[in-house]
Amino acid sequence: MKRAVQLLLLALLAGCSTAPLRGTGDLGVVVERAAGRIMLVETTRRTAIGRVDGLGDLSHASVVFSRDARYAYVFGRDGGLTKVDLLGARIERRVIQSGNAIGGAISQDGRLVAAANYTPGGIRIFDAGTLELLSEVPTGAKVVGIADAPGNRFVFSLFEAGEIWIVDASDPKNPSTTRLAAVGKQPYDGFVTPDGRHYIAGLYGEDGLALVDLWHPERGARRVLQGYGRGEEPLPVFKMPHLRGWAAAGRYLFLPAIGRHEVLVLDRVSWTEAARIPLRGQPVFAVAQPGGRRVWINFALPHNDAVQVVDVDAMKVVKELRPGRAVLHLEFTPRGEQAWISSRDDDAVAVYDTATYAELARLSAEKPSGIFLTSRAAMTGF
Amino acid sequence: MHRVAWCLALLLAAAAAAAQPAPARRAELIELVRHDCGACHGLTLKGGLGPALEPAALAAMSPEQLGFIILHGRRGTPMPPWRDHLSESEARWIADALKQGLPK
Repeated sequence: MKRAVQLLLLALLAGCSTAPLRGTGDLGVVVERAAGRIMLVETTRRTAIGRVDGLGDLSHASVVFSRDARYAYVFGRDGGLTKVDLLGARIERRVIQSGNAIGGAISQDGRLVAAANYTPGGIRIFDAGTLELLSEVPTGAKVVGIADAPGNRFVFSLFEAGEIWIVDASDPKNPSTTRLAAVGKQPYDGFVTPDGRHYIAGLYGEDGLALVDLWHPERGARRVLQGYGRGEEPLPVFKMPHLRGWAAAGRYLFLPAIGRHEVLVLDRVSWTEAARIPLRGQPVFAVAQPGGRRVWINFALPHNDAVQVVDVDAMKVVKELRPGRAVLHLEFTPRGEQAWISSRDDDAVAVYDTATYAELARLSAEKPSGIFLTSRAAMTGF
Repeated sequence: MHRVAWCLALLLAAAAAAAQPAPARRAELIELVRHDCGACHGLTLKGGLGPALEPAALAAMSPEQLGFIILHGRRGTPMPPWRDHLSESEARWIADALKQGLPK
């Protein structure tokens, strides 16, 4: 008996020591939001390779990656911040950092993780290694649209206050804040352009977006695409559009119109409207395929079973897909050959070949929402 | 004549309140509240961009007011009108369910 146990232990040890080394470049996570769990996925063989439980309330969860792409930082709605080891498929550290959170960001140097909170309103800055709290910046208002910017800065908007704040966390225990007031009514989300130069906040309370040149924050914010609604009554919006991950395709940005079934195309050189493209419904995410040839878009209720693909050359919809009911998110593999799309009500993640639109795989997942691949580790604003 | 109209209105209101959605539809409505309303109000209804929808947070509001907001939305806020997706009795059923605590 004793010998059998010894043999078993030896076998286990041998098993451990021969676990194959692997990279993380083709890994990612899918949020299974109702279960408080993430599914670890691998895009080479298009399979689930593990699951990590115990992450709390993951409605509106978001994920950023450590700069070595080994760890995922998961921001939960309930204020949970969890550092997950992708290779070990386990929780490395977890803290409950607020009562109600909306997302987070990782600094340019990878040393800091910032969580954006609704209650109490503000951001909290943590050591990315230990999740030790280093400092906080209270805002007295709900923080939305947090993104990292060059210079270890975090940029975000305040929904009720209509402000954009730029927090320089170069000295993480004593961050300094630049406040831009009166940027527009009810900013609901924001993002940083891939080059890290501009921050753009979408406005719910008026037709337009707020633009900040992060090379020149002293110049303040200015409105772009002002009055895009042309005075028409907006349609009801059953889900807020999301701007992080929104599409920068070449010289164009593809931005959601609020209360209109259109995507607005903003020219990044002249900052004027280049086009507007009619769509099936209220867009939620528009994501450019790496390379910027096409932009894939999902929709709010009641059109949330469709994904439309816009050709950037033609500036029109060239394909419509039906990946499943309640499509919540989409993400491309780093070089854009696959699109991963989550369908909440079909409990599935569909993987498409972006060249042929053929479905390559369908993974089972419990009420999947966000899909986050490790290539984000190397991208500013993600 | 006035009296008759009153009685009729009361009867109709009572009928609307009594018209409970069928069990299968109720399950759909609970899913809708948790996941679609939950996008702004939180999956656990503890609030997000929209306010908390737990019974304590709704104490000051009558089921009628709540049902009205669900159907017609709230101007100046992101709360949209759900009248194209819900009947009056369904909105009222959701309002009552929220006031009592949404069933699991």
